[in-house]
Amino acid sequence: MKKQFMTPLIIFGLLVVLLVVGLMKAKYVRDVPSPLIGKAVPEFSIPTVEDQQQMFSSEDLKGQVSLVNIWASWCVSCRAEHRLLNVIAEQGIKIYGINYKDELTDARRWLNAYGNPYVKSAHDITGRAGIDWGVYGTPETFVIDKKGMIRYKHTGPVYQQDISEKILPMIKQLQAES
Amino acid sequence: MLSMTMKKNSTSRLLGLSSILFFILCLLPLHLQAGPRGQPKEPIVFEDAQIEKDYLELSEELRCLVCQNQNLIDSNAELADDLRREVAKMLKQGKNKEQVTEFMVERYGDFVLYDPPFKAQTWLLWGGPFVLMFFGIFVLLKKIKADKDEKHTDSSALSEQEKEKLQAILKNK
Repeated sequence: MKKQFMTPLIIFGLLVVLLVVGLMKAKYVRDVPSPLIGKAVPEFSIPTVEDQQQMFSSEDLKGQVSLVNIWASWCVSCRAEHRLLNVIAEQGIKIYGINYKDELTDARRWLNAYGNPYVKSAHDITGRAGIDWGVYGTPETFVIDKKGMIRYKHTGPVYQQDISEKILPMIKQLQAES
Repeated sequence: MLSMTMKKNSTSRLLGLSSILFFILCLLPLHLQAGPRGQPKEPIVFEDAQIEKDYLELSEELRCLVCQNQNLIDSNAELADDLRREVAKMLKQGKNKEQVTEFMVERYGDFVLYDPPFKAQTWLLWGGPFVLMFFGIFVLLKKIKADKDEKHTDSSALSEQEKEKLQAILKNK
């Protein structure tokens, strides 16, 4: 009798553990693992937001460790991380921008109002470059090594913790690579 | 008294009106919600029936990365629309379904597929249900066997101890 009673209870207990683990992990579910990590940055050449005569192309990303940040003036979380980007740009980190599906005037107004941490920003009005970068939600931040290879991807706004615990150490490590 | 109720009526009506107004005002920001601006887009048109069929099939099989429980054809997300157009464009350029699928996987990973391939990371996904089924069958067979064994040993018969106890009870009566 006792054993009969225990079996469903144990199964129920295991099920609860399974569901709790699932729930705890749920906040990471949105992070689609990027197949681009370890690959060269996608080929592109797009006029910049700052100057439509000037181009930002994949060639610019070679020869240095840099960040590529996908942003837009309509993106609320981009504004949340913007201050931090300004701070690390001042510390000498090279940040390139891809301005995703944005109006030129809106993008420029945003940079004037909140500061421009970017070396330059590609004006990806159609979002086609975004597709090549596997973008599915702004903001996204990529770490690019000296060879122009994608080494890390952060989806969603970066917080102080992401910067100091993951991104800055990674940049330091990549800068040490030849 | 009459004027009191009238006054009460008009205040409550005013209250009602202002709460409706407030409600409408609350809805307004939803309308202004953030998102890329754009003109209404041209519908996707096909001249070739086979391409249209491929397009529809692919849009069913590919996942929208923004609202992850919907496929491309169900989703209203801006990105889903862009990807649908990309799929249509590639098919019209003469690419086949495999090439389009490969294009998506290169950018978004296997995650974009609603029908993921069988490999090291997905064995649990594909094999899990069978593992569970075999486990269930195993438990069931064991239970059936246990029940059978129990029937062979006649449990309705009294043990020696029980017989003695019964005799004692009967004697005392």
